[in-house]
Amino acid sequence: MSNNLKVLINGLIKENPIFVLLLGMCPTLATTSSALNGMSMGLATMFVLVCSNIVISLIKNLIPDKVRIPAFIVVIATFVTLVQMMMNAYVPALADSLGIFIPLIVVNCIVLGRAEAFASKNGVLSSFFDGLGIGLGFTVALTLLGAIRELLGTGKIFSMTIFPENFGALLFVLAPGAFIALGYMIAIFNKLQKKTN
Amino acid sequence: MAKLESNFKNMFLSLFTICLVVAALLAQANKMTAKPIAEAKAMKLVNAIREVVPPFDNDPVAEAYKMPDGQGDSLTVYPAKKGDEIVGFAVNSSSNNGFGGNIQIMVGFDTENKIVNYSVLQHSETPGLGSKMTQWFKDTTKPNQSIIGRDLSTGQLKVSKDGGNVDAITASTITSRAFLEAVNKAYTVYKESDADSGATNKEEKGESK
Repeated sequence: MSNNLKVLINGLIKENPIFVLLLGMCPTLATTSSALNGMSMGLATMFVLVCSNIVISLIKNLIPDKVRIPAFIVVIATFVTLVQMMMNAYVPALADSLGIFIPLIVVNCIVLGRAEAFASKNGVLSSFFDGLGIGLGFTVALTLLGAIRELLGTGKIFSMTIFPENFGALLFVLAPGAFIALGYMIAIFNKLQKKTN
Repeated sequence: MAKLESNFKNMFLSLFTICLVVAALLAQANKMTAKPIAEAKAMKLVNAIREVVPPFDNDPVAEAYKMPDGQGDSLTVYPAKKGDEIVGFAVNSSSNNGFGGNIQIMVGFDTENKIVNYSVLQHSETPGLGSKMTQWFKDTTKPNQSIIGRDLSTGQLKVSKDGGNVDAITASTITSRAFLEAVNKAYTVYKESDADSGATNKEEKGESK
């Protein structure tokens, strides 16, 4: 169990996909215009990551090495399509605001990266924890980035007003703000990690 | 179990089986979600209509029809009726001149040329600037900014920069122009369908000519 916990923490902090590995930057920068959007994107990715990790670690011995990448992609694409159908059916407003970035989870390099680097070499349980850890790391990072951009840009967090909108710097809701905020967050994260080491 | 060897037969069978299972799974999921997705879409449309016209009790979507907008395109008109009497029209209008491309709106008119309300169905305007149009033109506490209750028979709506009397969204004149263009287009179509339906009384028609 302690080993699984280590895998979980590893994904959350030591190998955090956003702050350390810098993977999956496209959805990170594009969908974090608000905390809610960032969180939903993170959760959708986490779902795909956990499911694909489990399935791939289960069938890893049935997949010959030479066709592993197409096999992984098919599995991942299946779960992404499922997520997309579910979101369209039950949370259409959210599906509208995330738009093209839900189907694009298929090509998110974190998902394929974990399948290749972890799930295809490890057992089901630790693959599950790896998916959960990396997924949580991704979700936390996206939610934080979304919250910071929403706060600085519109004075709200999760649509709750913190200060009047007039004082917000619109820049942070737009694309350049995403880069600036992410840069500072990575810097702070690195500083904190160095301290604990 | 040992890992399967990468020979042709194994690769073929493995990929084939995976795709087969996945296809079956997705077909089933598609069957299950098709209905809720269609319902959610229909719901969105009906809600948009409900928002922009006076209360009605017919099914405007079933009675919808297309009308030419005079510019080589046609718009969908949703008549709202209470009993047998027409109480208003919702017009699905659009403009391609937004800052981020296409803007789709639903504009509701009563039977006396006045705008009841509007709803933005789809847009890709800049968040925080052009996207404010979803609320901006509804603010009835600012008469120069709101288009609610405006009578378009006295002339088309224009932003104040173009000599009109509608205050554009701060720093989003292009969006505002596109939005008003869509509203004006909706009015042209409304005018024709209103004349067809004969709901407008005669003296009104004489005045507006």
